[in-house]
Amino acid sequence: MTDKRATLDDMVAEVRPGMTVGFGGWGSRRKPMAVVRALARAKVADLTVVSYGGPDVGLLCAAGLVGKVVYGFVTLDSIPLDPHFRAARQAGAVEAMELDEGMFYLGLLAASWRLPFLPTRAGLGSDVMVVNPELRTVVSPYGGEELAAMPALELDVAFVHANRADRHGNGQMLGPDPFFDDLFLGAARRRFLTAEKVVEPGCLADEGPLQSVTVTRLLTDAVAQVPGGAHFTSCPPDYSRDEAFQQRYARSAADAESWAQFAARFVDVDEEEYRAAVSEERTGSGASRP
Amino acid sequence: MSDVTRAEVCAVACAEAWRGDGEILASPFGTVPSIGARLARLTFAPDLVLTDGEAALMAGTPAVSAQAEELVREAWMPYRRVFDVVWSGRRHVMMMASQIDRYGNQNLSCIGDWHRPATQLIGVRGSPGNTVNHPTSYWVPNHSPRVFVENVDMVSGVGYDRAAASPAAARFGEVRVVVTNLAVLDFATPDHRMRLASVHPGVTVDEVRAATGFDLVEQGVAETRVPSAEELELIRNVLDPYGLRNKELPG
Repeated sequence: MTDKRATLDDMVAEVRPGMTVGFGGWGSRRKPMAVVRALARAKVADLTVVSYGGPDVGLLCAAGLVGKVVYGFVTLDSIPLDPHFRAARQAGAVEAMELDEGMFYLGLLAASWRLPFLPTRAGLGSDVMVVNPELRTVVSPYGGEELAAMPALELDVAFVHANRADRHGNGQMLGPDPFFDDLFLGAARRRFLTAEKVVEPGCLADEGPLQSVTVTRLLTDAVAQVPGGAHFTSCPPDYSRDEAFQQRYARSAADAESWAQFAARFVDVDEEEYRAAVSEERTGSGASRP
Repeated sequence: MSDVTRAEVCAVACAEAWRGDGEILASPFGTVPSIGARLARLTFAPDLVLTDGEAALMAGTPAVSAQAEELVREAWMPYRRVFDVVWSGRRHVMMMASQIDRYGNQNLSCIGDWHRPATQLIGVRGSPGNTVNHPTSYWVPNHSPRVFVENVDMVSGVGYDRAAASPAAARFGEVRVVVTNLAVLDFATPDHRMRLASVHPGVTVDEVRAATGFDLVEQGVAETRVPSAEELELIRNVLDPYGLRNKELPG
């Protein structure tokens, strides 16, 4: 059986300017943030980012690497709006395809099933059909209802962060919600998995119920062990969201100087330096708190 | 009961939105609607299904302040399965609205031109799908002409006029009620224009008019009912002992 272990850098090296990249997770939950940081570091530009959006979208917008965002929302959960994404949209710096979050799901499903579209009621009557002029409707051959035809969201690359994986590319989600991660992988040409821990093949059942292995090796091309790979988003049961750090991230949208400082300390550094900087920030902010 | 607060009146008005819904998923957004949905389940709508805000359905009806470890769960409901519920119609959501118009079109997306918004908001989220698949209500804690507008900047949730232009949208769509800090509004008019159904105790019809950026239908405007003694007891001592409702709706 193929050993699919690779490094973050190996994975990110396959992403070229202008590609369409999907990220698993939801809002500020189990986002492949180590990958996002690595992409920002590598300065891969003009990306189309497809995401149930959180700081993956915001951070890449702040780094100036996003050409277009495909989303139903962008949120940090405990902070309702991602200020970097807001700034990018309000500056007209990124194109947008804004979709109902169910349409988004069907777009991934259609791509993973190799269908051109899936029909749905969602979107009908709303301005989603207006602001995205590429969206079409389809008339049912069984009775004539006119439905929205959600096009396949085909991805060049998808990245997903799991709690556990094995070297063959099976991925396990030990938190309460597996989100749509398997569909992001299914919709992509190149499919990359990072995990808190890579365990021996056959041992995922020791980590949690087999039903939590929602990504099978049929869906992955490479896997990397990246402890803390979702930081600062939540990755239960391994860790919860680092709220203080998320606030630090949000504050970095204040002006160009704030972002430059944040990027120098937390983006333009490797994973080891990142962990050290985060830990230093934690101690520092703890000490300075009244 | 002169000591009843506006937030408590609103919680009961929100609860009333789910009266008669039977065994469906009640999805409240915001503190007062969350108290309302739980209140409905503890009183006149015992079969309502509620999520824990994460990926499960709650067996019990705990306080809105309850922590995750205190919750008892009855079933698994990750986001993907929520769409099975939405598209089957077995749900009644109460969402917020950054803007809403006379036909119940709602905006969560942005203020200004969508192509380059003056203010980017969270995004349409599930509003387009929710509003054409099952009943939708709204909670507006700050009734003002900035929210109640002649035309919303981006139709996220579909109102009656927009649904009427698309039969497959109108088939299962229904905007039920809008509960605000001032009043309860519905669409029980021949052409589904927004109607002032009741004003909360202490609020005048003039105040509601002044806070609304379009003309409301006004016929037989009632006063919103006050909570019963049992409801007050449940709100104050069981569902919201820490008074989180007063943070969302001070005064």
